[in-house]
Amino acid sequence: MAVCIAVIAKENYPLYIRSVPTQGELKFHYTVHTSLDVVEEKISGVGKALADQRELYLGLLYPTEDYKVYGYVTNSKVKFVIVVDSSNASLRDNEIRSMFRKLHNSFTDVMCNPFYNPGDPIQSKAFDSIVSAMMVQAC
Amino acid sequence: MESLTLSDVEQKYYSELFLSCDVDNTKKVASNGKVLDLFRAAQLSNEVVLQITELCGATRLGHFGRSQFYIALKLIALAQSGMPLRVETLNSVRDLPLPRFVMGKNEQEPRHAVMFADAENQGHYFPRPPLRVQAKKVSAHEMIQPCVPTADPQPDTTSPVVSPHQSPPTSPHAWRKHKRQASGGNVDRQPSVPGVVWPSFREAQPGPVTGDGMWSAHSPPPVQETWPESTTVRTGMSAMITNEIQRQTSGYDDPWKITDEQRQYYINQFKTIQPDLTGLIPGSAAKEFFTKSKLPILELSHIWELSDFDKDGALTLDEFCAAFHLVVARKNGYDLPEKLPESLMPKLIDLDDSAGVPEPATEVSFSASPVEVTPNKSPSMPSLNQNWPELNQNNEQWETFSERSSSSQTLTQFDSNIAPADPDTAIVHPVPIRMTPSKIHMQEMELKRTGSDHTHPTSPLMANPPELSDETKLAASIKFPGTSVGDGYSSSDSFTSDQEPISSAVNRQRSHSGTSPEGLKVVAPPPPPPRPHASHSRSSSLDMNRNFAAVPAAGSQQPGVVAFPPAVPPRPLPTQTSVPHGHRSVEGDGLPAHTSTSPHQMPEQPNFADFSQFQAFAVDQPEDDEENPSDSGQAERCPEAAGTMRTAKNDVQAEERNATTVNSAKVSTPLAPPPKPVRRRLKSEDELRPDVEDLPQKSNVIATVLATQPSIPRSIGKDKKAIQASIRRNKETNTVLARLNSELQQQLKDLLEERISLEVQLEQLRPFSHL
Repeated sequence: MAVCIAVIAKENYPLYIRSVPTQGELKFHYTVHTSLDVVEEKISGVGKALADQRELYLGLLYPTEDYKVYGYVTNSKVKFVIVVDSSNASLRDNEIRSMFRKLHNSFTDVMCNPFYNPGDPIQSKAFDSIVSAMMVQAC
Repeated sequence: MESLTLSDVEQKYYSELFLSCDVDNTKKVASNGKVLDLFRAAQLSNEVVLQITELCGATRLGHFGRSQFYIALKLIALAQSGMPLRVETLNSVRDLPLPRFVMGKNEQEPRHAVMFADAENQGHYFPRPPLRVQAKKVSAHEMIQPCVPTADPQPDTTSPVVSPHQSPPTSPHAWRKHKRQASGGNVDRQPSVPGVVWPSFREAQPGPVTGDGMWSAHSPPPVQETWPESTTVRTGMSAMITNEIQRQTSGYDDPWKITDEQRQYYINQFKTIQPDLTGLIPGSAAKEFFTKSKLPILELSHIWELSDFDKDGALTLDEFCAAFHLVVARKNGYDLPEKLPESLMPKLIDLDDSAGVPEPATEVSFSASPVEVTPNKSPSMPSLNQNWPELNQNNEQWETFSERSSSSQTLTQFDSNIAPADPDTAIVHPVPIRMTPSKIHMQEMELKRTGSDHTHPTSPLMANPPELSDETKLAASIKFPGTSVGDGYSSSDSFTSDQEPISSAVNRQRSHSGTSPEGLKVVAPPPPPPRPHASHSRSSSLDMNRNFAAVPAAGSQQPGVVAFPPAVPPRPLPTQTSVPHGHRSVEGDGLPAHTSTSPHQMPEQPNFADFSQFQAFAVDQPEDDEENPSDSGQAERCPEAAGTMRTAKNDVQAEERNATTVNSAKVSTPLAPPPKPVRRRLKSEDELRPDVEDLPQKSNVIATVLATQPSIPRSIGKDKKAIQASIRRNKETNTVLARLNSELQQQLKDLLEERISLEVQLEQLRPFSHL
């Protein structure tokens, strides 16, 4: 039920960003960008070197009156950000986690593609379809 | 007109034709000119053409809109197939071959004819590709061709031609071969060609081809002409490539089928990268390889996504063939599908097909990649030339091969493989409590407890109360197979599911039977049924056991044991009760007989034995006590047991009857074995008492407690103590049961987690479309 899903590379530039264009996409871009700060803060806060699933999932980054932003970071410091509309029935944490899991899996598949150069924008149709499925759910 | 459903192929084809007709780009085509030419090129009589025009509504509209055009094309296809022109049939006809158009004369004609021939050779699957090829040929005409030196391709080509339409004479065949060889370059240009071709066709069609005769008339001369012309620079490679591709394309019923020659070619290519056919091609190597095809990276990336079925970053042989095939198709101008076509799905299981790909095709070693127009791999192109003749006869092979290649999505096999594991394992878990020894024992006790499922549960318990948890598993597994008595199975199943009851039963039985694991193990346990018996599947609970125990299943001793009050031990009870209780005239004869013989019988029944003994003791204590030295130790328990047994008795009455009858029958025989176990059980109960706390097996405790419980109700005088003791025991049992319950819950959680993780893995293994 996301309204916006973004994949941000380690260097904090977006590899993939997609939103349901209810409002201007720019707004979501901005939101995602600002959420990066929160992500960084959470990452740096975690001192452990371990990276199990729980730590990968950052949880609610910050809520606004319209939506909530959830974060997830992979071992390679690639970040996933999901912006969820607050008006939706609040999604359970598990659902968000599963969404991130799916994202992570699809992202891994994209990475496995030898024709994909890490750092390139993600143009995989399969990835797109997964993201669309997650966003369509919401609408 | 009505709505028209077109297959994807048809859609593409028609749209191309429409585009070619729609030179003005007005989205509608005048009825004159190109459209008519096109229609005439379909080799239909003028009347038919007119009819079609009318049917599709163009006459009404005065022009051909897109829909009219499509309808007209479909009608043409119908007409060409020899079917009556009906509007209703438009949508109902499946597998309609695409309409064929013979355009142009002279050069084009032969080409068309050739195309036709090709198509027909392929079983006229796909006129479209041939047309495309035609188009290509036309454009590349100049460039092409190292003509086939052999002037005799024609005879060969005629053979495969099967189409209902008149097959062009041999010349087309010659053309076909010719084309094959030549069209390497054409393949690449294919996408653009069709549009170009059509106009050219029309132009070249001064006299519309309205009959096959014209073909034949035209074709030979053109053939001759073209051949000389075709002194193309085109290397044999490209020609072969083209031919091969055309072959491929024309052979498609399903555009994605891989013909055997193609597959062989792919396999050879695979070998150049990875000599081991069962091995994997790493992503980087595959990337280099496919980059040579000069397709854009984005498309290659998409192809990779489609073909790397298991998402492991490497290509198996099947995946590689699929990827290669997609590249070839893309080079030919086919759009990449969104999903991997079925015929390209990797056959995860068998590489035999690919490995065993026909040797006949060996000569057709497509060492040169059809995809790569550039002479990356030039080697065997020339050889292909010579091989074309054989290709003619490969039509059938194509078909067969395609059937082969389009088989099996073996992933499903994986799925099914994953599934079965769980039930077994799941079943196994509860097994620990299964006490085969006791079971066996019980079975021994009652020669054949048919359907005494309940009993079984108890018997195993009785057999091995203590070591059970781990040993029972083994023991059960060991014993069960051995036991001749099949009854235990069901109960064992139920046991597995019911650890609680089992444990309790075990305890009880234990106490009575004193079945030392070793002793009971002696008897071969009946093979534990992996799936719980219907009566007792995992779901079976104490209640079940109880119920079953109550049910007059043959010798439901075990059930009695398992079930609390209930049937505690059908067997023991009867024997026991019979012994001591004359009043229990369950079966007057049997019982007394038992009684008399009983000292052994008393111990026979595990828990039941105790109870019955107890009852017997309670009622006719002296007899029992004397009779049962082993019971003496249990004297204390007797009253309790007796009490318990009383209640159980009622339930067990029926069982007892049965049991007694059974017992009576078996008295003599089981005597020897049963006594031992009984004694052991009894002893074990004694031991259990003190050991209850010590025993790691809750089951024991539970059994004990349960064993004691039945005695409660039957309190008479001495029973008070028994009652108190039983109360104590009950409490202990409760705690044990609670502990057991919590452990089981934990186990359940673990299993669920496992299951979830497996499901996640399963999801990942599935193709994207499932996500």
